[in-house]
Amino acid sequence: MRFMPIFLAAMWVFAATAHAQGEAPEFYDFDTQAEEQRFRGLIAELRCPKCQNQNIADSNAPISKDMRDQVYLLMQSGATDDEIVGALVDRFGEFVKYKPPVDRRTILLWGFPAIAVFGGFMIVAGVVIRSRKQSPEPALSAEEQARVRQMLADRDPSSRS
Amino acid sequence: MKRLMLFLPLILAVGVGIFLAAGIGKDPTRLESALIGKPVPEFSLANLREPGQTLDQSLFRGEVALLNVWAEWCPACWDEHEDLMWLANEKGVRIVGLNYKDEKEKAFSFLDRLGDPYQTIIYDPRGSLGFDLGVYGAPETFVIDAEGVVRYRHVGVVNERVWEEILLPVINRVEGKS
Repeated sequence: MRFMPIFLAAMWVFAATAHAQGEAPEFYDFDTQAEEQRFRGLIAELRCPKCQNQNIADSNAPISKDMRDQVYLLMQSGATDDEIVGALVDRFGEFVKYKPPVDRRTILLWGFPAIAVFGGFMIVAGVVIRSRKQSPEPALSAEEQARVRQMLADRDPSSRS
Repeated sequence: MKRLMLFLPLILAVGVGIFLAAGIGKDPTRLESALIGKPVPEFSLANLREPGQTLDQSLFRGEVALLNVWAEWCPACWDEHEDLMWLANEKGVRIVGLNYKDEKEKAFSFLDRLGDPYQTIIYDPRGSLGFDLGVYGAPETFVIDAEGVVRYRHVGVVNERVWEEILLPVINRVEGKS
């Protein structure tokens, strides 16, 4: 633990220099605002295979830059969104899509929220139904009530005659 | 029934525990290549040692090969190089090198210092073949069969253990088939 501050300082210096060494900001030319929006949308939903938890828009890994360039080139050549994403999936696998397709392998992934909500609903419904069933039942049978009355009468001196 | 319900939390906890324990030790940064079962992408790149010569995907026809993606700037490539030398010299493995996003002089000084285990080296300064192969971090090592089809991709350092436990079984399987 003594070395923690040194370690953190080293990390900070490393992070700072790594950032400074990062490539100069890149510029992509678009004819229209809509094209630029489309590009931003595409690179936001593609995942960097190297950094795993970043999209290629945010990541400054070299591979992300290559992928952005490729998206740009494919856009300029008139490819559709599906073709562009498909070209990258063919190289890097389904991993690069933040939105996995709905198919046999991913059906549980997509269906789980609905299953969880349904399951939760069933549990709540079960608890409610059971508690409803129990409450109207008289706590004591007629015979027991008579006994209680008898016992209370026995204890109450005023009723004794 | 009521009694069984009391065990429900325990059963759930054990189930979740098994599910989570299965993930421990798995390296999430190792992704299966999207190219497995597909032929090596088409390329046309220079031979690093003989710049006049152009290499293409037919390089991988006829014999099983390892395709090792390396660069002088990649620290782990320095680590694994000794083991690649061992594979080439002791085991007689055919290793094709893909010099990835590197500079020629640096690549040569790397080989001068550490030795040269490669049968052929593809020079890919812009990383175009690397991109088509889905390379996201050197070193990566592909097993390519005699038909030029990608059979396996290993991300990270190759060493004796990786060879014995992963690459050799894949090669044996591939050779048994073809």
